[in-house]
Amino acid sequence: MSSVRTTAHTTMLAAGEASQHRPLIITLFAVFVAATLVITVWAGRQTKDAADFYAGGRQFTGFQNGLAVSGDYMSAASFLGIAGAIALFGYDGFLYSIGFLVAWLVALLLVAEPLRNSGRYTMGDVLAYRMRQRPVRTAAGTSTIIVSIFYLLAQMAGAGVLVSLLLGITSDGGKIGIVALVGVLMIVYVTIGGMKGTTWVQMVKAVLLIVGALLLTFLVLLKFHFNISDLLGKAAENSGKGSPFLEPGLKYGATSTTKLDFISLGMALVLGTAGLPHILIRFYTVPTAKTARKSVNWAIGLIGTFYLMTLALGFGAAALIKPDEIIASNKAGNTAAPLLALHLGGVDSTWGAILLATISAVAFATILAVVAGLTLASSSSFAHDIYANVIKKGQASEKQEMAAARYATVGIGAVSILLGALSRDLNVAGLVALAFAVAASANLPTILYSLFWKRFTTPGALWSIYGGLVTAVGLVLFSPVVSGKPTSMFPDVDFHWFPLENPGLISIPVGFLLGWLGTVLSKEEPDAGKYAELEVRSLTGTGAH
Amino acid sequence: MSVPEQPPPAGPDLPPSTVVTAPATRGDTVATDAPPPAKTGAPLPSTQEFVEMQESAEFGELRSSHRSFAFPLTVGFILWYLLYVLLSNYAGDFMGTKLFGNVNVALVLGLAQFLTTFLIAWWYSRHAATQLDPKADAIKSRMEGGA
Repeated sequence: MSSVRTTAHTTMLAAGEASQHRPLIITLFAVFVAATLVITVWAGRQTKDAADFYAGGRQFTGFQNGLAVSGDYMSAASFLGIAGAIALFGYDGFLYSIGFLVAWLVALLLVAEPLRNSGRYTMGDVLAYRMRQRPVRTAAGTSTIIVSIFYLLAQMAGAGVLVSLLLGITSDGGKIGIVALVGVLMIVYVTIGGMKGTTWVQMVKAVLLIVGALLLTFLVLLKFHFNISDLLGKAAENSGKGSPFLEPGLKYGATSTTKLDFISLGMALVLGTAGLPHILIRFYTVPTAKTARKSVNWAIGLIGTFYLMTLALGFGAAALIKPDEIIASNKAGNTAAPLLALHLGGVDSTWGAILLATISAVAFATILAVVAGLTLASSSSFAHDIYANVIKKGQASEKQEMAAARYATVGIGAVSILLGALSRDLNVAGLVALAFAVAASANLPTILYSLFWKRFTTPGALWSIYGGLVTAVGLVLFSPVVSGKPTSMFPDVDFHWFPLENPGLISIPVGFLLGWLGTVLSKEEPDAGKYAELEVRSLTGTGAH
Repeated sequence: MSVPEQPPPAGPDLPPSTVVTAPATRGDTVATDAPPPAKTGAPLPSTQEFVEMQESAEFGELRSSHRSFAFPLTVGFILWYLLYVLLSNYAGDFMGTKLFGNVNVALVLGLAQFLTTFLIAWWYSRHAATQLDPKADAIKSRMEGGA
């Protein structure tokens, strides 16, 4: 995901081929949008109470939710970004996939089931369970919204550039229009369909994405008579880099700083997933912890298979397309997968056009669905944690809470349209990696301490959330992601002093350390009764919603 | 679910007044004026009951059965992943060693990470189904049954 580099000096337009097939691409986009709107309206009719809106009625099966989780997780950046990174940097692109996949074990072994058993609608439910409600919910809500907005922003910016590219829209107005369209659609999905609608949209998208990837993988392998060694050899040769293309180091091996950066990124990836609010709330859509476990298992299977396929797509693109052509289309390689589709079908053939249009539509579906999931996570947390429990002190009715969630959706949608439009030419890589780093630094320590450390207290929770949050965001602010390099957000100024692009190496240990320090230094006694409740509930499901 | 017949709880299943299920004992304090969802109809055990359960040998066994499995395994797969990251960074020659055709050590080790992830997920799920679920279900049904 973080490999999406929409450095967007994407002056060179994608292959003229793309714009030539615009009517077909637009038709397929429209079909997808229409289908998802029907689902949304249908789901909206069935959304009656808060459990429907926030948790989709909690009646999805393990397989359904596993699909939806995969849909939420495999963003356009995974599909286009990782395939593109492999196409350009060879083996180093694959390193992302591994971190993104292994991370699921943290969720499976330590987080998913206890969360399902003891929470209700949001991540804050679990973090605040045995703490003083108002301060901890405020912190949890803040961190949820910040993580989601960074993630959202990256998707929006990526979406704008990508879709513009695929549709051949180059003007600023056109790009802003695309971002606005994505924003409006996501507001519609979430306000009308709630979690139920969003979950179904995720499932449809996951199926489309997996089928699309399967099709391309099959065609690539067919081209090489299912001889993987040949495929790799041709990729290395065609890339012009030879065998280093198949080894680690092309992207991260340059200096000792980039190597440290890689370790930092690796930590953020592997520890971030289990702290991503939009993923965590998915576990509330199933009836029991056992089904939550099943959904993670399905997700691991589906996501793992998908990442294996990106390997074939990336090396396939490297083997079949000249690197110049990939870079000319998008500097970061984000259009490698659609270009691969075009080449597999045959440039200038109808079959090629259809494949390109299909894969582009799948990419668009992917963006829309992920963006909807993120919006739902942040508006839920605003309504449930901040509005209902902090502002209204737990006295809000379900109706008021749901209304607040819908208003929050519109607000967050508007903010992300604005930010997405502003950042349409920014490097979004740092934003996604930052979302993972913040989740790993602020959320994960607090979740783990809350669930497993008896002595943990409110000050500890506040220290780890705010400490992890401020450290992660602060370090990125003073990193080359923001200033000082040609690829920075603000390339013309330089106020960076932190050498790494990803803060995880520092901010994750800081988050854990502060949670511990805040606890041992404060005089506050933990609420033993509440911990007994949380511990028994989290492991047994007694009284689960 | 084949929960043995339990004596009916002290109150009716769905108490007419939500005061009985008031979330004083719950993690959140939301929507006290709304009817509770049907699923949470049974009153939650008291804090005292939770504390007694937490201190019981039965629960202690469940806890250690989860922790002694999940914690070392988590440390294990994170170290295995870090080893892979470090090898990628600092052992380029080793990673580049060709094993067969154009397939090198790096690719095989990367795929091994996939394989171990699948295996660990399967292993944990089997442990949970055989060791954790029966214990957890027994505790849950007894506590919710009000015994």
